[in-house]
Amino acid sequence: MSNTHLQRAFYTLLALATLAAMARGLAVAGAQGLLFHGFAALTLGGAAMCIWERSVVRSAFSLMATFVGVAGLFLLLGNDFLAMAQILIYVGGVLALLLFGVMLTPPDLDERSLPRIGGATALLGAGVAFIISKVVGVGVRTWAVAPKLPEPTTRARDIGMAFLHPEQYVVAFELAAFLLTVALVAAVYIARRRRVDFQGETASSEGQA
Amino acid sequence: MGLSAYLTVSILLFTLGVICIISRRNVLYVLMGIEMILNASSINFAAFNRFNGGGLEGRMFVIFIIILAAAEAAVALAIVLNVFHLFHSVKPSEADLLRE
Repeated sequence: MSNTHLQRAFYTLLALATLAAMARGLAVAGAQGLLFHGFAALTLGGAAMCIWERSVVRSAFSLMATFVGVAGLFLLLGNDFLAMAQILIYVGGVLALLLFGVMLTPPDLDERSLPRIGGATALLGAGVAFIISKVVGVGVRTWAVAPKLPEPTTRARDIGMAFLHPEQYVVAFELAAFLLTVALVAAVYIARRRRVDFQGETASSEGQA
Repeated sequence: MGLSAYLTVSILLFTLGVICIISRRNVLYVLMGIEMILNASSINFAAFNRFNGGGLEGRMFVIFIIILAAAEAAVALAIVLNVFHLFHSVKPSEADLLRE
């Protein structure tokens, strides 16, 4: 099968699976089921495309679908703050960094190896099927039945207060701030170019040795 | 939707992340796979938090996971660029100076 056909078959399969999942969600749980299955399909479809695509740029962009889908799942779980943080940091920050990495390294086309993907899928698929059937499977019969949950009352203000409250998360908060400072300074230090660059000239930000 | 629905999405996303890491030969795919795995664990924390009364604990874990992912992405990008300058390749198997 030629590459174009393979590509077309993959995307047709993905679209059909998405539509089927959303239709089933609408049938079993109404609007919430439709949204859940839509976001789940966005998440998993983006991840599958990321593995499948041959170009790194397209993989990175399909990862955006995964991040947005996870943000949607957070919304369905009543965590609006997390959804916004997810979109801001992952789509705005982590993905932009990944794209920098993609643009600064050479494109490696044609390196998708179907045997490796197939082998990994078969190996992990068996284990995952077992786990789903044994552990999660207890609840699969009640998959679409949402238990009666109280509306979440935590708001962004409570999260901010908890971060700075001496008896709650202030130590972890300060440690995270310290970690981010160290990580970003270290990233700048490591990424500074101070060795021979592509043309073989001695490029330097520290002067010639 | 029940708890098991979210857990299933999470476990599938985790699996796709592991497949992404072990089936491609480019450091950037390893990074993407790690992001998928972190997201899967975030879904788990958020779902358990919601179905356990909706307090603060699960959210705090997710927020710290997101912070860690941001720091990790910055450092990893710097390392990838440096490895590329050193070896002229982004394949993890070719960074083997220590083997000699």
